[in-house]
Parts: sequence; structure tokens; C-alpha cells
Amino acid sequence: MGRYLRSLRRFWGTAAAGQMEYQLNLLIELVAMAGNLAGSLFVLSLFFRQGEGLGGWSWPAAQVVLGAYTVLDGLTSTLLRPNLSRIVTHVQEGTLDFVLLKPIDSQFWLSLRTVSPAGLPELAVGAGLMLWAAPQAGASLAPASLVLALVLLAAAAVILYALWFVLAATSIWFVKTWNATEVLRAALTAGRYPVSAYPPALRTLFTLVLPVAFLTTVPAEAILGRLHWHWGVASVLVAALALVVSRLFWRFALRFYTSASS
Amino acid sequence: MAIVRASGLSKTYRVADKQPGLRGTVRHFLRRRTRDVAAVKGVSFSIEPGEVVGFLGPNGAGKTTTLKMLTGLIHPSGGQLEVAGHTPWRRQRTFLECITLVMGQKQQLIWDLPPLDSLRVNAAVYGIPDAIANRRIQELAEMLELGEELTRPVRKLSLGQRMKAELLAALLHEPQVLFLDEPTLGLDVNAQARVRQFLADYNQRTGATVLLTSHYMADITALCPRVLLIHEGALFYDGSLVGLSEQLAPWRQVRLELAHPLPADAFAGYGEIESLEGSEVRLLIPREQLTASVNRLLANHEVVDLEVSDPPIEELIGRLFRQGSLEAFR
Repeated sequence: MGRYLRSLRRFWGTAAAGQMEYQLNLLIELVAMAGNLAGSLFVLSLFFRQGEGLGGWSWPAAQVVLGAYTVLDGLTSTLLRPNLSRIVTHVQEGTLDFVLLKPIDSQFWLSLRTVSPAGLPELAVGAGLMLWAAPQAGASLAPASLVLALVLLAAAAVILYALWFVLAATSIWFVKTWNATEVLRAALTAGRYPVSAYPPALRTLFTLVLPVAFLTTVPAEAILGRLHWHWGVASVLVAALALVVSRLFWRFALRFYTSASS
Repeated sequence: MAIVRASGLSKTYRVADKQPGLRGTVRHFLRRRTRDVAAVKGVSFSIEPGEVVGFLGPNGAGKTTTLKMLTGLIHPSGGQLEVAGHTPWRRQRTFLECITLVMGQKQQLIWDLPPLDSLRVNAAVYGIPDAIANRRIQELAEMLELGEELTRPVRKLSLGQRMKAELLAALLHEPQVLFLDEPTLGLDVNAQARVRQFLADYNQRTGATVLLTSHYMADITALCPRVLLIHEGALFYDGSLVGLSEQLAPWRQVRLELAHPLPADAFAGYGEIESLEGSEVRLLIPREQLTASVNRLLANHEVVDLEVSDPPIEELIGRLFRQGSLEAFR
């Protein structure tokens, strides 16, 4: 465990140093970060302007869902995209060799090798939005529901990560899977709105096929204090299962790795 | 007790063929036609601890595929393989901690940061305490003649400096078995010599086992008393470098100095003309025709000086690599 913590510290230390190596680029990154944030806030303002309920959700309650989505989007920009999009490059250029030769779990390396500050403000705004909108929707913000919401957001993050990782891992066979991850990303934007706002067919799709419901609706319901317990349990189970599947899938995929020729 | 043992090692790849042009592309996209290519076919050899072995063969002979199986990067399709007491493809931690792979064409150092940062990452990943890592870095840097290069961003280093830093990163965990795939690729002659010297010193000092592929014969002749020659996926030769030259070259080199320069066609029928400059000519003559040909040469031309020798191994291997086939010697 010590080895993993120390490695992680060095991973992120070098990632930060690498970003600071190019002052201008860092500046641009900060601008992009602000742009990202402005985009999220714009969508938010559109929400405010309407004024009706959405799928049985009141305005403030729907904003909690948007908050959860913003948190996950921030996490995507901070950790998931910078790391997982590199897997394809590693496979294409054969540098996955170096990762596989290290006496450390390759999935750990590929998933946490770098970190980008780009999504941090989004994370903060998303969390803020959830905390601000929940009381408006009548939630008491009891410590229990806060902890539950945090756990379920973590579960949501794991589910999102596992899905993305499995897609990226298919690059072992197909080499290029940029498009697949983009499709995934687009589909997951559906998580901006409560699942019950969608027609029944899509609702089923977003619960059973793409676990959009678990990503945003379930954590939002937790902080609102109206989550049915079986959804909470299901969410944690789905997350655990997704993580296990991603590990098994990675191990399976590596059997087919041929390594780009040198 | 051998540290590397391969028996009947083989690897078959499935590759997709694509015809050129739009029609070929569409067909390739819709119905991909694949075929199996045997990259390595039943190769067997073993290496004792501390040996430095050269791994030779033309492009596409299966060298890199074999190295990748030895390091556990790819699964063999058949045969047995044991490296340092482990089955490589399982990639157990204890196995990975005692081997290293250096690839002349790929780099592990972080491009934008000084090599020291990458070295610190490697120290953490290999679980080496900082005090020990720092001592090793110092030792290796001294052997490699690396100084302030270690604190300069990798992108600002010359190719030679970068390769030396790559070697340092690959050796920080003191591996027992070194797999080196073209470690001197693209380096200038001086840098090549320095890397070569370092590898010889390192082997002497640590007793590490080295398996080396290189297209530069100087690397092989300077470092490897023993060579493995692989051709079309099969092991063609395993033995000393000297023995290889006898097996590869069923001819001898004859150098003539003539009283007057002669055109090339004057030497047709004696053997292959290797070079012709003014009144000096070098011929390659099959061993069994040597006496007869030399007699005829002496009878037909005014010869000032004559010398018979074995062609240098560099030339033989170079020829093998250029022609990509052992047919060159038949």
C-alpha cells in the first residue's frame, strides 16, 4: 500500500510540474477552465428561466441533479479524461510496454498517472450547487443524508470510471476508440436532468444499459433525503460490480495485447 | 542453473491484409481478411547468469517478438519459457523487479521534465527507498558520465544523453536480467562507444545477464562472446561469434593488387567482385574453388600482391541484414 501512495504522490507531483513547465499553456488551461465553468453556469441559467417542474421534480430539486452532474463532469476533466484518453495513445505507440513492465498494478498506473486542475472549479461549483439547492427543495441536510450522498457520488464516479475504462481498454483490439468514448460522454450528458424527466423507454435505457440514473439522480435523491434504500444499495452494488468487471476485462484484454512494433 | 530458458517457444500473430485503393479500403472495412503469421517458430535456447548474448537477425526475423515474450509483454502461442525462475507472462511483481527492457525506439522518460523526476517516479514504483535510490543514481550517473543533464528537461537533451538517461531509468532497480532492444539506435559513433563501454562495465560490476539486439555489428563484436541468430522465426545459429562467420561464409576474401588497372568484367568467372578501385580488387570466392581460382588469377593476370582472408563478421551480418535472407550466403 505504501508503494501505491508514494507512487501516487510522485505521479501527481510530476503531472503538476509538467503542466507548470509551460507557463503559457497553463494560462490557456486556466482560461479553458473558466470557459468550462461558464458553460455549466449557462446551462444552469437556462434552467432557471423556465419555471416548471421536470418529471415530477421541483426546480430546486432538479438543480441538485445538475449539481451532481457538474461534480462528475469536473471529476471527468480532472482525472478520467487526462488518464483514460492516454490509454489509446499508449496502445497506438507501444508505450504501454513500459507500464506493463513496472511492478505495480497497470490499471492503477493507467487510471491515476496524471491529474489536471481543469475540472477542480467545476467540482467545487457542483458541490456548492447541490448544497445550495437542496435546502430550497425542502431538504434538511442532515449529516446522514450528506454522508449517504457522498458515498453515492463516489459510487457514481466509480461506475463512470469503470465504463470509460472498459471502453478505453477495447483499444487493445481496435487501437482507435476515441469515437466510442465520445459517444459515451454524449450519452452521459443525459444525466444533467432527473431520469424521470425522460420518456419511459429512455428511462429504462438510462437505468439498465447506461447507468445514468445511478450517476446523478440517485446521489441527488440522497441529499434530498428521499432516496428509497434499495436504490442506494443497488448503486453501491453496481459500482462494485463495475469495478470488478473493469479489472477482469483489463486482465482479459491484456492477453490479446501484441504491442506496437518497435 | 540457466537464468533464461526457452524451449519450443513460438508466437503466431493474426494480421489483417489490406489491398490498396478505395475498393481495397472498403473491403478491408467491411470484411476484414485475416491470416495467421508465425513470427517465432519453436525457438529453444538457454542463457547462464552473467552471460552477454547478442541476438541477431534481419528485420522481421522475430527478434523483438521473442524479446517481448521474454519480458512478459506478450503471451507465447506455444512452448515453455522461464526467466529468473518466473513465467514471464504472469508478470508477477518479483519477476518485474528483476528484469528490465530498454528499447532504442521508445522512451519512458517524461518528455517535459528533467530525468531526475522520472527517476523519482521509478523509485516509488519499484519501492526503492529514497536514500538507496539517490546512491544508485549517483553511481550510475558517474558510470554514464551524466551530470547536470539529469536536471535539464528531457526534450532539451541530445539523443545520446537521452539514451544514457533512459539506461539509468531502466537500471535503477538493479535488475538481474537486461533485455536491450537496439539501445544504440541512431546514436553517433562516440555515443555508441560510450553506451557499449557502460554496458560492458555494468555487466562486469554487477554480473547481470544481458541479451542485446543491435543493427550495429560493433555493439555485438565488442560485447557479445555468444550470439543467437534468428531467421524467419527459427533459431539458425547459437554459438560463438567466430563460429558464426565460418557457418555464414562458405567463401573467402581474396585481395589482389595488379600491375595495371583492369575493368570489372576481367574478373567474371572467379567469384563475386566486392570492390574494385584502381589496381586493387577484392573478390569473394567459394571455399571449394579457392585454389583453382587463385591459380587461374595468377596465370591470367599480372599480380603484384595477393592476400586471402575470412570476410569480416560485420560484413557478413551486414549482408544478411541488407538482403534480409540467408539466401545471400548460398
